[in-house]
Amino acid sequence: MSFARSHLSAGLGLKPQHFDAARACRAVGLWFEVHPENYMVEGGPRLAWLEAVRAQHPLSLHGVAMSLAADDEPDTAHLARFKRLVERFEPVLVSEHLAWSTWRGAYHPDLLPFPRTAEALVRISANVGRAQDVLKRRIAIENPSHYLRFNEHEFGEIEFLNELVRRTGCGLLLDVNNVYVSARNLGYDPIAYLDAFPAEQVEEIHVAGHSADPKWGDALLIDSHDAPVAPAVWALYEHLLARIGPRPTLIERDDNVPEFTQLLAERERAQGTLGALARRAA
Amino acid sequence: MTTTVFPPAASRLCGLQDQFARALVDPEPPREGGAGIGQLVAQPGFAVYRNTVLKGCIDALQANYPAVTRLVGEEWLRAAAAEFVRTHLPASPMLLEYGAQLVSFLAQFAPAAELPYLPDVARLDRFWTEAHGSRDETPIEPGQVTALAPQELARITLRPHASARWQWFEQQPIFTIWSHNRDLGGDVEADIEWRGEGALLVRPNDSVQAIALGRAEVAFLDACAAGRNLADAAQAALAHEATADLTQLIARLLSAGAFGRIGIDRS
Repeated sequence: MSFARSHLSAGLGLKPQHFDAARACRAVGLWFEVHPENYMVEGGPRLAWLEAVRAQHPLSLHGVAMSLAADDEPDTAHLARFKRLVERFEPVLVSEHLAWSTWRGAYHPDLLPFPRTAEALVRISANVGRAQDVLKRRIAIENPSHYLRFNEHEFGEIEFLNELVRRTGCGLLLDVNNVYVSARNLGYDPIAYLDAFPAEQVEEIHVAGHSADPKWGDALLIDSHDAPVAPAVWALYEHLLARIGPRPTLIERDDNVPEFTQLLAERERAQGTLGALARRAA
Repeated sequence: MTTTVFPPAASRLCGLQDQFARALVDPEPPREGGAGIGQLVAQPGFAVYRNTVLKGCIDALQANYPAVTRLVGEEWLRAAAAEFVRTHLPASPMLLEYGAQLVSFLAQFAPAAELPYLPDVARLDRFWTEAHGSRDETPIEPGQVTALAPQELARITLRPHASARWQWFEQQPIFTIWSHNRDLGGDVEADIEWRGEGALLVRPNDSVQAIALGRAEVAFLDACAAGRNLADAAQAALAHEATADLTQLIARLLSAGAFGRIGIDRS
């Protein structure tokens, strides 16, 4: 079954413990997103489960490990495995991060930061281009959460993303929780950031929960995906949508994962906002 | 920790990433202010990356080694995993496969010296992971073998199933310890018989099956994996256990789904 992107509304991150509930759920417009790295196996029940969910719902592949911001080419074997998943599951969306994680043969399970320099832009543009060539499709690049100030930045983040889009033709994934967390951590205005974000390139939006650092409290917010979406993040989301119109929106949850019905209830909020905008436009 | 020596950085970004990657796992990263990595490490946010990387690795190891975790407890396992991570970062983003070297690490890990069975329990956890994600293959049905004429039987080869992992443990009842700490629940009885034991983990269809094996069965599977025909494999089994019932032995392995393909030995 193939699904058109225009039918996507609010989706959920898919967790193995929810496979059966996800497959059976008939919520209108529901779609699911997975990290492809968790399905890079040769065979077995994981792939069979994903196949079964995919038969009922559109699927998005959200990579966390292409390491596009490393000063190195993306790992050929990793790209080949990613490509096999794209061919098999025909995802309606494919995305990755503006970050690095693999360095000199070691994988660091995180989305690591880098100074936005002209040098980095050349390297990352080449890497995004390489990934799109291998996958034979446009991918959306996500704005990361920030915890560090770099003296070496030569570009603002939006300026850097605009340039990346111009050079590679990639799309963008706008993570509103990341904007909130980064704005709080680095001290800038999240509304100004959202208002400057290039609306026409946004293929997907993420919202998620965050938490306060155990040592530094609210002075250091962590993009932990272990809680419901915060009210302040919903407010930013609604502000963004009022400007750019409805976009496929994902509720991310990776830790302290609740019952499926609870995630579905949280999804209703995004679904309600998207539905109201669609009705207004009609 | 041994300090990794990298070739000279080809660019500023490359140089920073060398320093950043090192500071992520270095027990005492450079904290001097000013430019470069010191200026980053000095910020509270740097610890977020250190913690996330470490937690991601430890979570993966805990998930991949559930019987080991149950035996030693979560706190012990996570402390040992933190030691492991410093010298064995994942070699790929496929964290489902992370930790192959934990078996040999535990064998050398001084705090585990009082638990001599721990490395081999880890090995069976590892076998489960490998069997779970291995290539799909339809197992040979017992009927496919029993239908063969007796003169053909001796010359066939049985290739172990793509997911099959097995081993003989000479000293300890590893399978019993592992299975009690994996999914069967309950503690190992105090009167467990302390003897050698084999194990087979295989995923003939959609779930991993685990059975205890005798010495003859392990020898038979080893011979099959080496491409030897059924007559030779039977000899190998008998060499370890002269009284083994070969018909029953082969039937038991076949019904476990241990084989993936029948061939003919033309040598």
